[in-house]
Amino acid sequence: MSRKRILNVSRRQVIRGILATSAFGLTAKLGTACSPAGSGGTDAAAEGGASGGEPLTIGFIYVGPKDDYGYNQAHAEGAAGTASKFSWVKLVEEANVPETTAVAESMRSMIDIDGAKAIFPTSFGYFDPHILKLAEEYPDVQFFHAGGLYQEGKTPKNVGSYFGYIDEAQYIAGIVAALTSKSGKLGFVAAKPIPQVLRNVNSYTLGARSVRPDATTQVLFTGNWAEPIKEAEATNSMVDQGIDVVTCHVDSPKVVMETAEKRGIFCTGYHANQAALAPKGYLTGAEWDWTNIYSKIAEEIYAGKSLQAGTIDHILRGGLSDGFCKVSDYGPAVSAEAKAAADEAKAKLMDGSLVIYSGEVKDNKGGTVVSASEKLEQKDPKLEQMDYLVDGVLGSVGG
Amino acid sequence: MADTSQAIGWLGVPLAIIAGTMRGGTPFLFVSLGECLTEKSGKINLGLEGTLLTGAMAAYAVSYLTNSPWLGVLAAGFAGAALGAIHGWLSQQPRVNDVAVGIAMIIFGSGVAFFFGKPFIQPKAPQLPTINLGEWSDFPALQAALQISPLFLIGLAIAPIMAWFFRSTRWGLFIRAVGDSPEAARAMGVSIFNVRMFSVIAGSFLAGIGGAALSLYYPGLWTERISSGQGLMAVALVIFARWNPIMCLWASLLFGGAQALGPALQSIGIKEGYYLFNAAPYVLTLLIMIFTCSPKRTLSGVPGALGTDS
Repeated sequence: MSRKRILNVSRRQVIRGILATSAFGLTAKLGTACSPAGSGGTDAAAEGGASGGEPLTIGFIYVGPKDDYGYNQAHAEGAAGTASKFSWVKLVEEANVPETTAVAESMRSMIDIDGAKAIFPTSFGYFDPHILKLAEEYPDVQFFHAGGLYQEGKTPKNVGSYFGYIDEAQYIAGIVAALTSKSGKLGFVAAKPIPQVLRNVNSYTLGARSVRPDATTQVLFTGNWAEPIKEAEATNSMVDQGIDVVTCHVDSPKVVMETAEKRGIFCTGYHANQAALAPKGYLTGAEWDWTNIYSKIAEEIYAGKSLQAGTIDHILRGGLSDGFCKVSDYGPAVSAEAKAAADEAKAKLMDGSLVIYSGEVKDNKGGTVVSASEKLEQKDPKLEQMDYLVDGVLGSVGG
Repeated sequence: MADTSQAIGWLGVPLAIIAGTMRGGTPFLFVSLGECLTEKSGKINLGLEGTLLTGAMAAYAVSYLTNSPWLGVLAAGFAGAALGAIHGWLSQQPRVNDVAVGIAMIIFGSGVAFFFGKPFIQPKAPQLPTINLGEWSDFPALQAALQISPLFLIGLAIAPIMAWFFRSTRWGLFIRAVGDSPEAARAMGVSIFNVRMFSVIAGSFLAGIGGAALSLYYPGLWTERISSGQGLMAVALVIFARWNPIMCLWASLLFGGAQALGPALQSIGIKEGYYLFNAAPYVLTLLIMIFTCSPKRTLSGVPGALGTDS
């Protein structure tokens, strides 16, 4: 019988052990990468030896699906737009990449296998530590990260950061919302109280109150980027409280827009154009315009410029005037008066004569956050550390 | 558009909870009833999370392609049953552990759903009609809260029927016998394999319909994060409900209502602690588990052969 026993462990125990280990491994993977459908590398078009320069391989990584009517779709549209503009761009994409070591693996294979020269990992959480680590490992590859904070001297030279001041578009959406609302009560479904989200909430409210001083914005945090049921509950509760325009800052605004339309109230969109989801109630929305930015960067790289040499800026920021974002076309419910007010503000934001955070701005606890003499331009680092809600927002950042 | 809307203040909280029990509780109800049936036969199906996702995707896809939401519901059921058949067969092979198979099925089910669901994230599928019980009221808020899904009513009917089925029918007796004492069942001449196979498949069929409630009723769309762990919570819910279909009904309503608590409280201006309110369903489970546990006996109502290799 000794043949059947290895180290005094029966075959049954060995099999059980293997089962338990694999079960553990599978569960560990569960919350993150249970999608075999990540379309890694499938979009890479074979484009060998076109006359002229060599093709430039650019990698894009998304945290969710590419057609979610939200953040990822906005980036994916930008990538596709760039690829269709320039025949020398070879696109490598991967969707549904979690913010774990999985993204490091994706980047590594894009560089080693597909030969990517520039990579755009688009989710916030990819930056630290994954991009930082890979950037040191591959000093010749340029990494462009959406939203990460580049620190001179500390961050590797081949890492750049780009992001847009989409709150300018939210400011305009706020104007339209306030002038369309009957009750003057606006709603904002937000994911987490982080500076970028708070900035959108505040700009939306400031926009609304610039044309209607008694307007309020009820902010409601769901706690995470994708919580379809909570987002629907949040929208429903707000409608029950007499709120008649909602907007949101979550990964996919689809639920909020559809619920608002079902309940017969108005909504303003975010990330991408959601007019198709709410044909009656969609007023306008704050959209990204990544095609513009990505083609610019692609052209610069193609022309031989690089982050390492300092010929491409490490920090790329911009708002409406730089083409980072745009405002959706107005929906059928928007009055001529609201359109005029919104267009006026848009023109002022474009030529720089309107500064959203110019004193005096108070927070909703009564304290002054921007003093009367201060004018915080969009690039002001103070705005990137926002931890307050302005006067007129109902809600609190404390969890 | 918003002429008739009026603020209802703190009344919004009980209203949201009541509406939440019916809206958010429906998927819980179907999945927990399905799991109850499965576990009564002595097998655990942890894969219902995957079944829920596959059901949601199948319902949405079929509803979109055929323009008939009811066909979608049926498709969701059969998609669930297909996954159930795999689980039922695999988990009954010699020396195969049903918990491990269940975990594999979660991943397989969600993988299948994500793979086939890609083209259906964007389009808008026709939704199930709702039964509006709030017509008599002038409050739009109440009208919206009382838009009840026929699926909820079906679930409401299935719970007592299932309880009666277990208690008073020959087939129910077979399932209980197989679950409690497989040897006795075998002595009775009942095929353990067939009974368990039936229970797992029928349970998965119900779970698939639970998925249809998610994608065709509330929140009414297909995204990859739509289930957010509800399938797994429903498995826990069955234990919490002591394998009793009627208790499953109450537990599902409770969980559905608890989901609505966080957003509703925030909307009336209770600003602090929303993470805590969002955790309400889990806190509730823990509390009830603690208060109902006893050091003197094991869980009452647990099928005898559950989790054993027999």
